[in-house]
Amino acid sequence: MKKIVRNIVLIIATLLFILYAQKNFDSYTLSILNNIGIFAILALSYNLINGVAGQFSLEPNGFVAIGAYFTAILLIPAETKVDMFALVDPAPIILQMKAQFLPAIVIGGIAASLVALLLSFPVFRVRGDYLAIVTLGFGFIIRIFAINNPAYTNGAMGLNDIPSNANFIWIGSIALITFIVMIHIIYSKFGRAMKSVRDDEDAATAMGINTFKMKTYAFMTSAFFEGLGGGLLASMLTTITPDQFSFLLTFQLLIIIVLGGLGSMSGALIATILVMGGMEWLRFLDDNIVLFGKDFGAHPGTRMVVFSIILIIMMLFARRGILGDKELFDYFKKKSK
Amino acid sequence: MNIDIFLQQLVNGASLGSMYALIAIGYTMVYGVLRLINFAHGDIMMVGAFLTFFATSAGMPFEVAVLIGIVGSAIIGILTDKIAYKPLREAPKISLLITAIGISFFLENLFTVLFGSTPKAFKAPEYLTKIFHLGNIYLPISVIIIPTVTLLILAIVLWILYKTKYGMAIRALAFDIQTVKLMGIDADKIIMIVFIIGSALAAIGGVFYAVSYPSIDPLMGIIVGLKAFAAAVLGGIGSVGGAVVGGFILGFTEIFVVAMFPELGGYKDAFAFFFLILVLLFKPTGIMGQDLERGRF
Amino acid sequence: MGNSILKIENITMQFGGVTAIKDLSFEVQKGQIYGLIGPNGAGKTTIFNIITGNLTPTSGFVIFENENITSTKPNKVVYKGIARTFQNIRLFKSMTVLENILIGFDAQANYSYFEAILRLPRFFKKEKEIRQKAYELMKIFGIEEFADTNATALSYGNQRKVEIARALATNPKLLLLDEPAAGMNPNETAELSDIIHKIKKDFDLTILLIEHDMKFVNAMCDQLTVLDYGAKIFEGKPADAIVDEKVISAYLGDFSHA
Repeated sequence: MKKIVRNIVLIIATLLFILYAQKNFDSYTLSILNNIGIFAILALSYNLINGVAGQFSLEPNGFVAIGAYFTAILLIPAETKVDMFALVDPAPIILQMKAQFLPAIVIGGIAASLVALLLSFPVFRVRGDYLAIVTLGFGFIIRIFAINNPAYTNGAMGLNDIPSNANFIWIGSIALITFIVMIHIIYSKFGRAMKSVRDDEDAATAMGINTFKMKTYAFMTSAFFEGLGGGLLASMLTTITPDQFSFLLTFQLLIIIVLGGLGSMSGALIATILVMGGMEWLRFLDDNIVLFGKDFGAHPGTRMVVFSIILIIMMLFARRGILGDKELFDYFKKKSK
Repeated sequence: MNIDIFLQQLVNGASLGSMYALIAIGYTMVYGVLRLINFAHGDIMMVGAFLTFFATSAGMPFEVAVLIGIVGSAIIGILTDKIAYKPLREAPKISLLITAIGISFFLENLFTVLFGSTPKAFKAPEYLTKIFHLGNIYLPISVIIIPTVTLLILAIVLWILYKTKYGMAIRALAFDIQTVKLMGIDADKIIMIVFIIGSALAAIGGVFYAVSYPSIDPLMGIIVGLKAFAAAVLGGIGSVGGAVVGGFILGFTEIFVVAMFPELGGYKDAFAFFFLILVLLFKPTGIMGQDLERGRF
Repeated sequence: MGNSILKIENITMQFGGVTAIKDLSFEVQKGQIYGLIGPNGAGKTTIFNIITGNLTPTSGFVIFENENITSTKPNKVVYKGIARTFQNIRLFKSMTVLENILIGFDAQANYSYFEAILRLPRFFKKEKEIRQKAYELMKIFGIEEFADTNATALSYGNQRKVEIARALATNPKLLLLDEPAAGMNPNETAELSDIIHKIKKDFDLTILLIEHDMKFVNAMCDQLTVLDYGAKIFEGKPADAIVDEKVISAYLGDFSHA
């Protein structure tokens, strides 16, 4: 009982903070908080398939793109679409698609989740690490598809004038919901079963666990929240292009969940803040570098070199990340009787 | 499609397929011994092409430059294994995969930072680019030379695998790493040989790519690597012969589908992905592969 | 014969060109402790993998409670009432003892994914139920003090107990034990025998066990089959096995400590 009261207090406090921040913080601070919120949603959900279920996947950019496109198409008014589509006329269905903000992002999430279901059949029925390569390929296919179907996506030019509904109240609350859902999954028979698949697939099967089903549940859940996050991202940025959803996005999320500790949701939250902060802080690396009075010019990508080295070093020497696969409160929990 | 065009496309397909085959061999061999999708493999191909490019730019003869590319790639391959993979042999599989993707991303961005992301024109020697004609077919000589060299290399690789003691050890390692260790074989040395062979072939594939297109950029390895991996799965992961068959099938498919249905040209890079999905759905062991993934007790 | 629980009928298993099991048949009666013994590489674990559906035999059938379960998927075999342990203990290494055992109760905690996510009443009810059952199981094995300890941090003997408890959690009728005494000292082995007898009685189990250690088998089993190179060379009482000439010649050396 005490635990429930404590949790409710924490949730209310978080919601109050979100409301306060939206009302009182300046737009710069809010934009940082929005970014952190969206990355938290993505990292938490990515952590479910990669960390909890232990299935190495490289999908977030693909599913975020699906969510973003669905949301954008559902939110942009038909007249705006007609004006915007420059290469070809928009397909009739694109003009008909219309929804309110919340249904729009949920539809984006469901769409991503259904694609995850389709991908599950080829990759989870066989053993091996095909999920990684299939999802990596999928990220490229989405881009190819977006570029080659201008009647649906406006091709390489992307979509703009997306109504900007996603404020910090939306983003913050959905991040909170995502966290709660993930924790609820982890501390249930489904979370245990997912972890058992990660630890020893044969032994899990021998205990009656349907490993295909558990992997698919994890994957679809991840995809749903990534799609949702994509919708929020589209509405926050108001402009999307196929090139935005490159592997870079997935790579940043991978760093976050590795740093937080694969399988730890509270770790992913902490790491989101650290990595997003680090990204800002290391921005100077991509700018002009001046050493001993000599200008070496700008070298975009330097930050990514640094981050890939950090990732490799962490895998080699600090594989457990900040919190291992435990949650923050596990460390404070007294031994239960 | 008339016979001339058909023949022309056939030769183009063989040339493209050769490139995929050479790169696929590295994927399949590393997967065989480590059960690891070596995400950095496509980037090692890129390194090979870049080193060759720099050597020719420095005025070296093309043949010497290619050799530098091969040796350089082999060294990068060995270093990758020693630094990033070897310490994780006993670690959970996911750690190894994450490190592999880290190495891949590192190489791509390092080369972008050092040499810029704009594609560089690759100048191949004249004897490779000269156009010849047979009846009504006009082709650069490279499209004949590339498949020929590839088949020659394949013969050498198969000879190493089946006629030398190292080859025997590689095949034994693909079967069971523990047994091999018990037999007193130095597994790490064998794995190193696999990385040398794989990286050297990737470098040659990279040079062929550079000669055919003819330009190179730091991200060229991503899509080609992805396709070559799909080719390896199509042929049967773990099987060198399968990698070659898969590579050629993919090469021919890309060329012929686009020749017959030009409107699908934009989707050319997606064919490999659909092959991959189809193979996993209907015949995960591929055309020539054995089941490497059966649960062991 | 009406009391038979498991029937192995003419099973042959070939890997490539190698025959691992050759036309093997035997029958386990309800309530028995049945031993499957033989030298290393005789095909004992292969038979386990065939019974549990991890392998499909080249020919032959597995009949469990008069139902043909040949090549039923491994996780479905568990629902039929067959559970197993592994030769080299395979606990879930990131989980506590309690969590390991809770995995065995997975099917009994029949709440849905959405009930878990939304924390509906059935979630709490079922979780409470299986936790109680898990603690009861741990008590039988005397491992309840380790409930919140990481399973792989336990001693070898205790890990074996966790593994058996985890298998029992699936509520089996037939328990397959793959070399349960392997790597145990004499004290641990004696304790294990007691536990096996006890759970057999308490849970109304039939037990099929693979063993290497003849002494352990003699003390445990009502009936046994001896395998050599995948073929049955003896079937009968343990007391008769140790004087059987074929068994002796196949097993030479292992009798020294029998």
